[in-house]
Amino acid sequence: MSIASKEAEIIEEFEMFEDWTDKYEYLIDIGRSLPLINEELKKEEYLIKGCQSQVWLCAELNDGKVFYKADSDAQIPKGIVSLLVRVMSNESPEEIIKTELTFIDQIGLKEHLSPTRSNGLVSMVKQMKLYALAFQS
Amino acid sequence: METIVEKEKLIFDIQAIRDEFPILSAKVNGKPLVYFDNGATSQKPKLVIDAIVDYYSNTNANIHRGVHHLSQLATDAYEIARGKVRDFINAKSSNEIIFTKGTTEGINLVAQTWGRNYLKAGDEIVISAMEHHANIVPWQMVCEQTGAVLKVIPMDSNGELILEEAAKIISVRTRMLAIMHVSNALGTINPVEKIMEMARKVGALILLDGAQAVPHFKVDVQALDCDFYVFSAHKMFGPTGVGVLYGKERILEEIPPYQGGGDMIKTVTLEKTTYNESPFKFEAGTPNIEGGIALGAAIDYLNSLNHKAVLQYENELLHYGTGALLQVEGVKIFGQAAKKVPVISFNIEGLHPYDVGFILDKQGIAVRTGHHCAQPVMDFFKVPGTIRASFAFYNTLEEIDKMIAAINLAKKMLK
Repeated sequence: MSIASKEAEIIEEFEMFEDWTDKYEYLIDIGRSLPLINEELKKEEYLIKGCQSQVWLCAELNDGKVFYKADSDAQIPKGIVSLLVRVMSNESPEEIIKTELTFIDQIGLKEHLSPTRSNGLVSMVKQMKLYALAFQS
Repeated sequence: METIVEKEKLIFDIQAIRDEFPILSAKVNGKPLVYFDNGATSQKPKLVIDAIVDYYSNTNANIHRGVHHLSQLATDAYEIARGKVRDFINAKSSNEIIFTKGTTEGINLVAQTWGRNYLKAGDEIVISAMEHHANIVPWQMVCEQTGAVLKVIPMDSNGELILEEAAKIISVRTRMLAIMHVSNALGTINPVEKIMEMARKVGALILLDGAQAVPHFKVDVQALDCDFYVFSAHKMFGPTGVGVLYGKERILEEIPPYQGGGDMIKTVTLEKTTYNESPFKFEAGTPNIEGGIALGAAIDYLNSLNHKAVLQYENELLHYGTGALLQVEGVKIFGQAAKKVPVISFNIEGLHPYDVGFILDKQGIAVRTGHHCAQPVMDFFKVPGTIRASFAFYNTLEEIDKMIAAINLAKKMLK
């Protein structure tokens, strides 16, 4: 499934919710299904800088496709990073590098997009692309 | 006694006070704003906002420079504000009032003028374990520059400084005692008089960080007899970007200037410059003129309040908030000192402060989450951060009830 169609799928899922509490409860639930990284990988080098909570992200290349794993000590960032993992995993480095994600805005989680927000979704995406760049070369 | 209390309660008209602060009627995420982040910065009364508008509408000119009418007006207004600050903290002279960018700059100024010039290897600077980073890092920097050593007064699990340990740490090697009057992370009002007495006995200078004290109670620098006292305007209902360094005149005369530039000089030739006197010696460049004037307006505003009634009301907020939070299952409060300003730092078992803060924000409630620029305090309590509700006299018991309801929703969503 392409990145765009995965985004469309998420947008459709979030359209069901009118109330912010339902939306965030769903986001928190999604976080619980995240492919977690091993405890021993929860170290400085996998930590995403600039977050108020701790968010770890690592990646591996398998058959030319990138697979991400992540975790966070807070539930909302964990939900957000798990959406990103779902969209970006199982894609080629080229696809990941060139993609411009639009779904976050469309599902009404735009407030997480601000680069100054201390739980930088922007830094998460940047880190994902950096992994893809490293695998490409 | 009770009748007096009753009478003062009547004088404290919370709605009239709230009406003075335009932002308090704002809505956030569709809900009425509940502003509990006063420890980070306070909101501003109309008097302060109007002073800024009035300055730019009617007075704006550079100060201490021109002979023209507006320059005179601006200079007078700025210097009148300095006089208000002097009276506000009961300094002896306006020459002891240096306008800065804020508390942080005040501490850096002392560290880089007095510290860099008078400290030598082996000298000691004593701070405490609950300091804000602004009262840690400038001293670490000057220690690196001079070979001086930083010593730390520890605290106990209530968030109170341990006086017996302070007595051991403060010695003849101590050249500077630099501690916070009130803790931003925990709300503790430190027993500064007792610790300062120890410092005075060994001839050390004393700097008090009053950023969290001046918004809550009267400070008298002559009664305290500290050498330096620093605070920020924006935490005491004034504007951002301006603060105050109080220093005893005799010390300010002695120490060298901070930054070089206009206003701080007496004469400049390309070979040699002679410096102006305090406070101008420390105020290089065009200052935050409207900021200083608006700080004066904030002081006027504070002076218009019934001080005892404010204290009593803030105490009521603290006790009501503490009691209400402790009834929420899983809440742990950090900092249970006997004397506190209305600041409550807490966590909820099993929940990350960020998640709770986020869900509170969704309900219009502004709290601070994180380490509050006091990472050593978080390390002490072994938490990554806390949720901090810091109240001002314009907050209400009903707002605290709203926060409790919002926390209960956060718990439900996050469990």
